[in-house]
Amino acid sequence: MEITHTHSKSHTGYGGYVLIWLILIGLTVLTVSVSGIDFGNATLPLALLIATIKSVLVINIFMHIKHEDKIFRLFIGVALLILIVAFVFTAFDVFFR
Amino acid sequence: MTHQAHDNSYVSYLDYKGKHSGIWAWLLSTDHKRIGLMYLTGIMLFFVAGMSLGFVMKTEMLSRGETLVDAQTYNALFTLHGVIMIFLVIIPGIPAAFGNFFLPIQIGAKDVSFPRLNLFSFWLYMAGGVVALSSLFLQGGPIDTGWTFYVPYSLRTNTNVSLALLAAFLLGFSSILTGLNFITTVHRLRAPGMGFFRMPLFIWALYSTAWIQVIATPVIGITIVLVIVERLFSIGIFDPALGGDPILFQHLFWIYSHPAVYIMILPAMGVVSEIIPTFAKRTIFGYKAIAFSSLAIAFIGYFVWAHHMFTSGMSDLARIIFSLFTFLVAIPSGVKVFNWVATLYKGSIEPRVPFLFVMMFIFLFSIGGLTGLVLGNLATNIHTHGTYFVVAHFHYVMFGGTVIILFGALHYWFPKMFGRMYNEKVATVSVILIFIGFNGLYFTMFILGYMGMPRRYWDYLPEYQLLHTISAIGAYILIAGILLMLHNLWKALRKGPKAVQNPWGGVTLEWTVPSPPPLENFDEIPIITHGPYEFPEAKGVK
Repeated sequence: MEITHTHSKSHTGYGGYVLIWLILIGLTVLTVSVSGIDFGNATLPLALLIATIKSVLVINIFMHIKHEDKIFRLFIGVALLILIVAFVFTAFDVFFR
Repeated sequence: MTHQAHDNSYVSYLDYKGKHSGIWAWLLSTDHKRIGLMYLTGIMLFFVAGMSLGFVMKTEMLSRGETLVDAQTYNALFTLHGVIMIFLVIIPGIPAAFGNFFLPIQIGAKDVSFPRLNLFSFWLYMAGGVVALSSLFLQGGPIDTGWTFYVPYSLRTNTNVSLALLAAFLLGFSSILTGLNFITTVHRLRAPGMGFFRMPLFIWALYSTAWIQVIATPVIGITIVLVIVERLFSIGIFDPALGGDPILFQHLFWIYSHPAVYIMILPAMGVVSEIIPTFAKRTIFGYKAIAFSSLAIAFIGYFVWAHHMFTSGMSDLARIIFSLFTFLVAIPSGVKVFNWVATLYKGSIEPRVPFLFVMMFIFLFSIGGLTGLVLGNLATNIHTHGTYFVVAHFHYVMFGGTVIILFGALHYWFPKMFGRMYNEKVATVSVILIFIGFNGLYFTMFILGYMGMPRRYWDYLPEYQLLHTISAIGAYILIAGILLMLHNLWKALRKGPKAVQNPWGGVTLEWTVPSPPPLENFDEIPIITHGPYEFPEAKGVK
């Protein structure tokens, strides 16, 4: 079977990967650093925001989703939607208990 | 659809000689049919093991006080019964055994997309099974937490909880990989002309299930890791004594385990959608409605998990929201049941064995579904929570739903899988025994639960004696029916008459290939020109 690699041209170069890696390490350091500071109600959203930025970078760059067909983005979108549902619906309990 | 003539010169997947011989020709085979059959063997063996534990439990409950085992052994028995039946039988059951066998054939493919990954899934399943069973015999003893592993007790008991959790983790991985394989196969390997709306409904059900397997199962994986870490290092994630939140565990557990209920039931519903048209000789009523209801059940199934936790102490707002969504999930389930019944209307019904199993399913699953409304309602849940009512509801849905259809599928596809036919009269007797025994065993539990009999108790008050006795007798009849069924199939496997290519007059692709099918299913990949359930009889054309 012939396998075509139509997306390879648009992949990020090595320099780009190293840069993203450094950004991810920086964000991890940030997560650990701010965990000791009390931001009150903003603590959880802040942690989630940093985690979201990291996930977006990993999914788009390292997993190549940025360069893939729409169907793969749809799949990721559905999974993401379910994850958001899990967070929001758990919040209905945690924040109103 | 292309029909292949029955050709005696072909080599079936059972006789095919590959690189390996003997037992290795099976254990190292990447053929989806052999893998499906190995799963089926494993699942049936684990089923018999789980059933034996159930037998001991019911005998223990035959009279008050100690009848057969002590209280601690009883705790281990119901836990193991649950772990084996849920994780090793019902979850893999239909998708891993029949899905593996028939998904590629029904879409006109030669195998799944990733055959080696498929074999790896099987080995993970076996590894999970061995680890689960080894927890019985290793130091610490069998777990006594119930199959839900609720904290904080599961953090504190000295039994082999970590090992059982590791088993569940391995089985979860197996499930994810199977789901991934099925999604890819459905997207990439459908025969020319087979659009999504020309796929058999069993494939729709497997496809929906596969999505749940891929998306929901990692949640239980993470949860299991957290419990093991907490047990080893006392971090304080779930343990209230260390500042953790035990209700968080329940959320995480049920975020997976409720969708897992649909992993269990959706494939069974898919099989029902195959069997009904074949034995009513009519195209399915509401094809798209059934197909989309599978997706809808899979999707809405994510919004209802906390209905298992109404009495746990979570917020009122959450309870109201989860109760509402629980009622909503009844709609797509109802869509399916009404469409099946509508398919039967004016059909040329042939009440043969697989069809009898389906009728039993509709009856039992409807009772299970309707009593689910009692549990989904906030007020009545408080009365029935943690009682035998829950046990009865669960068994009506999971046993009456999934396992009955596992048996039905076995009888429907047995001639195709093995090329031999079983004795239909004996099979009919076993169906009747199973039906009588099942209702004797579990219907009494509804009454017991309503009267206040708590589940998981080793002893009971005198007023429950009569119903417990009836329930135990029901269990014995049920077990007799199952053993008769297994004996009949085993006999057919060894000495049964040769089955024809299409004994039931089915029209989906598996009935166009010989029984048992050849190694790569099709000599030529078929070209699909119409929907899956177009019966010539229905058009008046023989």
